[in-house]
Amino acid sequence: MIRYTLKRLQSLIISLIVASIVIFAAIEIVPGDPASFMLGVNAQPDTVAALREQLGLDVPLYQRYLNWIGGMLTGDFGVSYTYRTPVSDIIGERLWISLPLALYALSLTVLVAFPVGILAASRRGSATDVTVMGATQLGVAIPNFWFAMLMVLVFAINLRWFSAGGFPGWDAGFWVALKALTLPAIALALPQASILARVMRSSLLDTLSEDYIRTCRAKGLTRKQALWRHALRNALIPVLTIVGLQFSFLLAGAIIIENVFFLPGLGRLVFQSISQRDLIVVESVVMMLVFAVIVVNFAVDLAYAWVDPRLRGRQ
Amino acid sequence: MNNLLRTSAFASSFALLAGLGAAQAAGDVTVGLQLEPPHLDPTGAAAGAIDQVLYSNVFEGLTRFGPDGSVDPGLAESWEISEDGTEYTFHLHEGVTFHDGTDLTAEDVVFTLDRARAEESANAQKALFEGIESVEAVDSLTVKVTLSEPDGSFLFNMAWGDAVIVAPESIEDIKSNPIGTGAFKFSDWTQGDSIDLVKNPDYWGTPAALDTATFKFISDPSAAFAAVMAEDVDAFYSYPAPENLANFEADPRFRVLVGSTEGETILAMNNGAEPFNDPKVREAVAHAIDRSALIDGAMFGYGEPIGTHFAPHNPDYVDLTEQSNYDPERSKQLLEEAGYGDGFTTTLKLPPPSYARRGGEIIAAQLREVGIETEITNVEWAQWLENVFNGKDFGLTIVSHTEPMDIGIYARPDYYFQYDNPDFQQVIETLTATADPEGRSKLWQQAQQIIADDYVNGYLFQLPLMSVVKTGLEGIWADAPTQAVDLTAVHWAE
Repeated sequence: MIRYTLKRLQSLIISLIVASIVIFAAIEIVPGDPASFMLGVNAQPDTVAALREQLGLDVPLYQRYLNWIGGMLTGDFGVSYTYRTPVSDIIGERLWISLPLALYALSLTVLVAFPVGILAASRRGSATDVTVMGATQLGVAIPNFWFAMLMVLVFAINLRWFSAGGFPGWDAGFWVALKALTLPAIALALPQASILARVMRSSLLDTLSEDYIRTCRAKGLTRKQALWRHALRNALIPVLTIVGLQFSFLLAGAIIIENVFFLPGLGRLVFQSISQRDLIVVESVVMMLVFAVIVVNFAVDLAYAWVDPRLRGRQ
Repeated sequence: MNNLLRTSAFASSFALLAGLGAAQAAGDVTVGLQLEPPHLDPTGAAAGAIDQVLYSNVFEGLTRFGPDGSVDPGLAESWEISEDGTEYTFHLHEGVTFHDGTDLTAEDVVFTLDRARAEESANAQKALFEGIESVEAVDSLTVKVTLSEPDGSFLFNMAWGDAVIVAPESIEDIKSNPIGTGAFKFSDWTQGDSIDLVKNPDYWGTPAALDTATFKFISDPSAAFAAVMAEDVDAFYSYPAPENLANFEADPRFRVLVGSTEGETILAMNNGAEPFNDPKVREAVAHAIDRSALIDGAMFGYGEPIGTHFAPHNPDYVDLTEQSNYDPERSKQLLEEAGYGDGFTTTLKLPPPSYARRGGEIIAAQLREVGIETEITNVEWAQWLENVFNGKDFGLTIVSHTEPMDIGIYARPDYYFQYDNPDFQQVIETLTATADPEGRSKLWQQAQQIIADDYVNGYLFQLPLMSVVKTGLEGIWADAPTQAVDLTAVHWAE
């Protein structure tokens, strides 16, 4: 297990280094000077030059890369060009919305998908199974921004149970903040839960047709006992992969939902920073998201090994 | 008796509850805005969103803009101008304090103006302060500003958000904790979501009617619609989706305010390159544009046609729209004369605002009618600034120039549309040196006429300002003489 972990850790570090170079290069070659963007159309060249100097944009590219990477290693992400506050503070604040939102949506996903998937698999071919399959088909097909807008229309505009969007901050109280995240979390969770339920069902069915399950049944276990005691654990491997991917997706990919509900999360921060040419924020957030994805994958790999001991011996 | 008691107790508690609700509603307002300020220093960036939140609410200048664009006394209650027009002596209001409790003195004004015009200053409108030769405090409430030459726009310049008075004691943290002299104090900023202001109890002037004000930032047009409909906001200033306005007009809960801005929307032409260096070609383009079709199609009918680079609500505006009326036949004839009988192909670069994107499609179709083909490219703002504005790499582009009274840009030959006419430059030079209002008025009009005669750009329409306001909320400016949401006079009707 330790050798396996070390090996994974090594590829994790290499991925991070490569990612940082690609991100920096890709973002720096995009046209658009942050200083002239901030000063607008009436600014004079010497003012722009003065601001470029203040922002540290007048040093060579490689030096900026080294400053950026060096700073990041020590937890200093630099200072945002537009907001003029430390990038780590901005990211930290946004993360306090995006992370809970992703976790909230993921818990809803798992809470719905697991029972539904297991139910459908255990009653294969029944009316329940057909209904579940139909409903999840619909859940995958409905675009989540459309579903989000529909929920705003019903629950915010007509029923007035929720506000149409925005985030009051965690200091406004846990329940108040959680309430503000509820509609977005449901909108995010719907397609994910549908996907996960389908994966859960087919993975369970695959496992149930394996030889060792037939052996269990031959030894006298009921179908249900075989499912709970033997099939479920093995069926979890593909499901875990999907959950891992879904988490990274929810963390990074909530941009549209954050726009519909005007939530100040990471997705919207990236979106805004790109259009404002706040390059240092874009680079840092993207780097952080890459880091999150890689770490989640790493954790999923470890979870595989934990679920399936055969993997530990390989490689 | 018991019954009576119970009823009256019920009634009074109900009245109390209702009263509480009303009192709260009377003192608070939430205003939706599309853009969030990057930081809170009006003297440190060109972002209009900074002024929208802070101008006149938190920060004040020596002079200030009124709702109609007039220049009124601000922190300076009066001033004298020397005979030769180069010395301005400002008398500050007595007893004005900053929100941190320190007094406003002449030294603060000296500090502000010196900081703005310093070499290393990053003030986006540094040009406003360029003519200042020296600033000195005569006594604690009197400031003398000496200009290198007379400048008739000086009082106007001092009313800009970029010229608000700041104090040396609080300048360090101004970007996150703005300390001004206004009727509201900055209270809290939930980044990405909202900014809260509270009433300043020690305000020197007429106190604000509201106890608190919240600005909420909602950039997406459909989210803006939902926020207004769900009554999450009491007003949405500069509402981003004109297509929804009919909904609000039909709803008794809301009022729609339609006003004017300082934004001249133009089809800018690259005067420095073929084929637009030929005035005939520019005239042909001008006659090919049907403004009313454009306003209907791109702006849902909102917006006033213009024929030159000047705001129609300005008293010195000259209506020159006829000079570039829609006349495709004349257009084709002019192209023939210019040697483009078979037409030509050029680029049309469109920045993100919907007036540009939607308008661009319509203009491309109108130009095609007279034989001009355009290759449309949608660009982001940063790209527009880099390629079009700084790089001058374009044939045509659509943009709204929102700085007030900015016809002077036509006197800068290196400005992106590269118009170089010594006669025009002379007019602007004379204008700057003229302080007498009548003389200035004539020169403004002359300037408008020259650029219309030269067909420097295609003049489309004055950008409208559309705001949705809850019925009962009064005092929100309908027009935007500057980018400000001045809440000092906003109140709920009884």
